[in-house]
Amino acid sequence: MSEAVLKSASPNQQWTLPSRGIVGMTCLIIAEAAIFVIFVVAYIFYIGKSLTGPTPKDVLELPIFTTICLLSSSLTVHAAVSSLQKSKQRLCSLWLAATVLLGGIFIAGTANEWYDLIYKHGLTIRTNLFGTTFYSLVGLHATHVVVGLILLSLALFFSMRGEMKEEHSEKLEVLSLYWHFVDGVWVIVFLVVYVLGR
Amino acid sequence: MATQIPVNELHDQIAHAPRRLWLEVLHDWVTTVDHKKIGLMYIAYALFFLVVAGFEALLMRVQLAIPNNHFVSPEVFNGLFTMHGTTMVFFVGMPILFGFGNYLIPLMIGARDMAFPRLNAFSFWISAFAGFLLYFSYIGGSGLYGAGSAPDVGWFAYAPLTARVFSPGHSTDYWTLSLLLTGIGSIGTALNIVTTIICMRCPGMKMSRLPLLPWIYLVMSGLTFVAIGPLTAAQIMLMLDRYVGSHFFDTQAGGSAVLWMHFFWIFGHPEVYILVLPAFAFANEIIPVFSRKAIFGYPAMVAASVGIGFISLSVWAHHMFTVGLGAGGNTFFTLATMIISVPTGIKIFNWLATLWGGKIQFTASMMFAIGFLFQFLVAGLTGIMLSVAPFDWQLGNSYFVVAHFHYVLVGAILFMIFSAFYFWYPKMSGRMLNEKLGKWHFWLFVIGFHLTFDLMHVPGLLGMPRRIYTYEADRGWMMWNLLVSSGAAIQAVATLLFVYNMVWSYFKGPIAGPDPWDAWTLEWSIPSPPPSYNFAEIPTVASRRPLWDLKHPDDPDSDYEMGQADPHETQKEGA
Amino acid sequence: MLVLAITAAIFLIVAGILAYVLVRYRSRASNGHGEQEPPQIYGSNQIELSWTVIPILIVVMLFLATTRVIYTTEHAPRPANALDVTVVGHQFWWEYRYPQLGVVTANELHVPVSDHAHPLPTYLTMSSADTDHSFWVPRLAGKMDLIPNKVNTMWIDPQMNGLYLGQCAQYCGVQHAKMLIRVYADSPEEFAAWVEHQRQPAVDDPAVTEGRSVFMHNACISCHTIRGTVATGRFGPDLTHVGGRETIASGSVPNTPTNLREFIDNPANFKPGALMPPMHLDTHDLDAVTAYLTTLK
Repeated sequence: MSEAVLKSASPNQQWTLPSRGIVGMTCLIIAEAAIFVIFVVAYIFYIGKSLTGPTPKDVLELPIFTTICLLSSSLTVHAAVSSLQKSKQRLCSLWLAATVLLGGIFIAGTANEWYDLIYKHGLTIRTNLFGTTFYSLVGLHATHVVVGLILLSLALFFSMRGEMKEEHSEKLEVLSLYWHFVDGVWVIVFLVVYVLGR
Repeated sequence: MATQIPVNELHDQIAHAPRRLWLEVLHDWVTTVDHKKIGLMYIAYALFFLVVAGFEALLMRVQLAIPNNHFVSPEVFNGLFTMHGTTMVFFVGMPILFGFGNYLIPLMIGARDMAFPRLNAFSFWISAFAGFLLYFSYIGGSGLYGAGSAPDVGWFAYAPLTARVFSPGHSTDYWTLSLLLTGIGSIGTALNIVTTIICMRCPGMKMSRLPLLPWIYLVMSGLTFVAIGPLTAAQIMLMLDRYVGSHFFDTQAGGSAVLWMHFFWIFGHPEVYILVLPAFAFANEIIPVFSRKAIFGYPAMVAASVGIGFISLSVWAHHMFTVGLGAGGNTFFTLATMIISVPTGIKIFNWLATLWGGKIQFTASMMFAIGFLFQFLVAGLTGIMLSVAPFDWQLGNSYFVVAHFHYVLVGAILFMIFSAFYFWYPKMSGRMLNEKLGKWHFWLFVIGFHLTFDLMHVPGLLGMPRRIYTYEADRGWMMWNLLVSSGAAIQAVATLLFVYNMVWSYFKGPIAGPDPWDAWTLEWSIPSPPPSYNFAEIPTVASRRPLWDLKHPDDPDSDYEMGQADPHETQKEGA
Repeated sequence: MLVLAITAAIFLIVAGILAYVLVRYRSRASNGHGEQEPPQIYGSNQIELSWTVIPILIVVMLFLATTRVIYTTEHAPRPANALDVTVVGHQFWWEYRYPQLGVVTANELHVPVSDHAHPLPTYLTMSSADTDHSFWVPRLAGKMDLIPNKVNTMWIDPQMNGLYLGQCAQYCGVQHAKMLIRVYADSPEEFAAWVEHQRQPAVDDPAVTEGRSVFMHNACISCHTIRGTVATGRFGPDLTHVGGRETIASGSVPNTPTNLREFIDNPANFKPGALMPPMHLDTHDLDAVTAYLTTLK
């Protein structure tokens, strides 16, 4: 009796389920967000509590240019996905290249900022609580940006070789979700570190 | 496929294929991405560590049986309780529950595998590696004061004890790294579970027809995402403090020891719900089958499980009532903790209502499930006692707390895991476990469990704190500790019986067939053990219990979807 | 008591129902199969609502009662004559300072006994010099943690004379188990006498000059204080009146000359992992310094 065959799918029924890539990436984003939240909480908790050393007001400048670059890169990656969905492969490559470039500028800007902080202002991760929480939070974000850039560069590489087609657009969309997340985190970090904390 | 072979013949061909070399078999298992094999590896791995961590517990109980004992040194004892706790939570609890989930979820939703099979394999192997890294510390590390080698900072590794200055060796580092790695594995598996359930259900299986086990695993996986992150973050901070000179938990630089506690328990409390929710999931499948009734109140069960998931994120500081949070903080966390008893109570009542009016079959599996019900009730009640902050001021960090959480972990979760073994072993292996041995296992274990953990509440009430390698003779704790220790020995014997049963039955047990329990979810519609492709044809379902509908075609569940209107209308006679 | 009553009642009711159900509804067929299935009941809105609402009411009641206890304990009004003691936790001993009285001691806490009519509680202001600790004397009060870089306060109000035992209740390292607490609730006269005595600088008995010299010329002075001498170390317990204590090694070893000698020779004899290193004194010096410390009553 238990061997009885259950009804197989009837052809006229619609049974569509969400895309695995998007659901999976959303889960990953939630998990990563939880990690970032804790670093943000630590940052906020320790505002004003350093016993010594430079304070945010002393050394931080608003990174307006790099922020604009990073946030625009969300627009460009979105454009890349749309282009691929319309089978415009060369346009997709262009937008991907723009995204990588803008992301690269952000990282270069961060590196420059850190160079100044370390060598001109003497702020390192071990200087005081501000140094600890600043470098860890901004550094964690920057690491995620770098990972994203590596993946985007890979995508760009395949796209330039003409190997990325319209049927891959969902995979690119999943990657773009990650990139939007990274940009979203930057909005929070920017507000907490450079606006609230100073 | 080159030729079209009818499914049954293909199966026979596989069954009669020539025996393969053991190297081929090994290669097959090491490289597999099949959710069933991965699930079995998780389970076997967890059982191995259950024995190891159980042995660590036995050593501790020998040391504590009499006051001022010299069975093990303080350093070794401190390592034992740290390793016992860490192993049981991360290398027994999580893997065994992920293992069952991995095995059962695709089968229950009519899918051929998990959503990301390679991620599945990766998650398993990284967790497996983490376990061996932790135990490598016994031979590789150097602990507190250079004596001993394994982690010895307690499973919750409070700062600043874990700072370089107080823990100069590598014991803390082994703890941190192995848990970081297994956390990655946990997130991977949880991601797989969520994606599988949302994206791979068979046609007709709307979320409202999803069996309760996948529902609860969905909640548990969501909790995993939100809970493991804080632990990972805190551990990164700890490593930065130890090696790069940062000051997250460095009280000399203005850092806060309490911050570690907050971060750890923001992880730690949801973690115990991650461990207990699958036990609820098993109960939701097993109790109805052996009561011969559908689960009572399916929508409430879903809502209660989701509610428990959310509320569990808000109760963490009930582990910190003695830290000096202030009256406001203590009050808030008391309230949140008490509130969680409401959905939990609803679940217990629903199980009772499922039993009520049923025809209860006392198989070994069911007996463990009943043990779970009783013990979970008691554990919940001692939990309510502890949620009262002033009560916790006396009994927090004492053996009363140890007794409470072991009541949940062993009395509820482990009992339900045993129940799940007796229930699903036939499906996984094709053979039945021996019922008589099962009942011996049950009774021995119940006696040992109650001897140990009922009595353990008393030393706590008499003032015995936890994590002490010995105690003074003049406190009146000796008799209780001695009895507690003897119960541990009985549980060990019972567990060995269980392991023997599993091994013996694999070779000599009666053949199970696809549906030995006359159950109702999809996994019972395929052969035992299932073929690698699970379902010859992906099924379509029309209710929560597709096999009930098949077996009772005149009165299917699909007539009674979603617990409609009137109680009278929702009642009917079985076929 | 309310908590116990509620939980006991819930236990009896629910366990009772469980027991009843198991007996009443057990399957009576000789084999599991072939029996008619019982009526399938899927739910009942009324019943489910009632067992949601009633627990909520119980929770509200319990919560309100608990909140009242939390606030009356934490915000208890402090009488003007309350005694202040500063407690500093160390790995693996307790430092006690009485700021109003100018007394510093270790491991054995003396407080005046109180009574309902004329309350004389002792307020403990607590922190830690190293890792987390917790002060727990069950028969006096609940526990409170000692956390570095944080100050916690609690009060005790012993109503009966006597010795109250406790120990550290937060894992603090290797010898957490031997960080014992002894609280002596003295009558007012006894307490006043004790305070007066503790305020005196160390006894200077000429018979043990040699031992005193051993102490002052060794590393002892870098960790210990003996008031009235050059020893002003703060890392270890104050030894000014160590001879008068009933125990050493934070309550874990009776204070006899033999034990004291063995401890000084190598603390690991009693407390492996204690932060005091073995002093490597030769037999003669060891005897002399033990004799000296024994006179510090």
